[in-house]
Amino acid sequence: MAAFHFELVSPEQLLFSGEVESVVVPGTEGQFTVLKYHAPVMTTLKPGVVEVEESPARKRRVFVRGGFADVAPTGLTVLAEQAIALEDFDAAKLAQEIKNAEEDVADAAAGESKRAASEKLDQLRELKAALGL
Amino acid sequence: MPSLKDLRNRIASVKATQKITKAMQMVAAAKLRRAQSAAEAARPYANRMGVVLGNLAGGVAPGSGPALLAGTGKDQVHLLVVCTGERGLCGAFNTAIVRLAREHINSLVAQGKTVKILCVGKKGYDQLKRQYEKQIIELVDLRSVRNIGFTNADAIGKKIISLFEGGQFDVCTLYFSRFRSVIAQIPTALQLIPAQIPVNDNAAGGAQAAYEAEPEQEEILATLLPRNISVQVFTALLENMASFYGSQMSAMDNATRNAGEMIRKQTTLYNRSRQAMITKELIEIISGAEAL
Repeated sequence: MAAFHFELVSPEQLLFSGEVESVVVPGTEGQFTVLKYHAPVMTTLKPGVVEVEESPARKRRVFVRGGFADVAPTGLTVLAEQAIALEDFDAAKLAQEIKNAEEDVADAAAGESKRAASEKLDQLRELKAALGL
Repeated sequence: MPSLKDLRNRIASVKATQKITKAMQMVAAAKLRRAQSAAEAARPYANRMGVVLGNLAGGVAPGSGPALLAGTGKDQVHLLVVCTGERGLCGAFNTAIVRLAREHINSLVAQGKTVKILCVGKKGYDQLKRQYEKQIIELVDLRSVRNIGFTNADAIGKKIISLFEGGQFDVCTLYFSRFRSVIAQIPTALQLIPAQIPVNDNAAGGAQAAYEAEPEQEEILATLLPRNISVQVFTALLENMASFYGSQMSAMDNATRNAGEMIRKQTTLYNRSRQAMITKELIEIISGAEAL
């Protein structure tokens, strides 16, 4: 399969930049796969998993929390509001993290720290839902 | 003529100050490295955002489209968002930003426009309130924030947008310091509303490629434009942070060097007067012995 240029950026950093064979993008109006010579499309994203296939043997999955995807003749750019690589996540670990986060929310005093803790919990739950666990 | 004890005290105090400035310089250098990499890491996102916006806005007829892009059609009320540091002891960093903002304020006022100011960072607020207390509508304090995250910038962005939707101003400009290098920070003014769209000269584009948009183009623009403002604010805050530490580092380096110079001079003076005293005492003893 022909390769095309793909970039995944979040406000904090550039997560991925390089040639890939296919990318599955979670658009708000449905998931779609981008291959080379895809027609130019611009779409917003819903929280979900971006699946990047660099080669049949090398696949990566990245969780994104909303953002934009821009398919241009030069390649695909995904601007994620937030992106977390999924390599270091599995079901058991995620469940543990959610439990920890729930405890944090319960323990945190009102105000800034409480808000931060519950935000983290929400993120983890979205992540769990996105993974279909 | 200061006594020996005075000189000793003076040298000791300058030495203590030098230790402090030296420590501050090293702390600033360490923080600068972190701030700089954060600022550099954020650049790709802002760049891509500009490209995407350019692609999308290319299809919109000039003058039409959402108000954030096209403006309100007036430029009577200006909102100036002045981003400065929260702390001093950083050379001319804060002053340079405030000076740029003040020049613009004065020229806008001279043209008969209304000016409103939103201060981010306490130092700029302190300097501006002397002259423009009535125009300042709010102060955003980031002192308690250790690492600036996107959420901080997003909060400021949302504030700007809610003011805009409330019809509080027509044009919004952001003031901050762009980080070039440790010795060069450039105070910059950036117009946020109406959005400045970078012109795309996409080689592949030629005539603007027909974009399919999902959902509708207007809808995407409506989410993209507010987001762009938050991103611009975020970039500005990060650049500011890096500039601040760069500026502080060179200011503290200077201070340390000046303290060293002062210690050297005072020590020479101290040794001279000590020697003069010994010589004087010797003369007294010798002439006393001769007189006998």
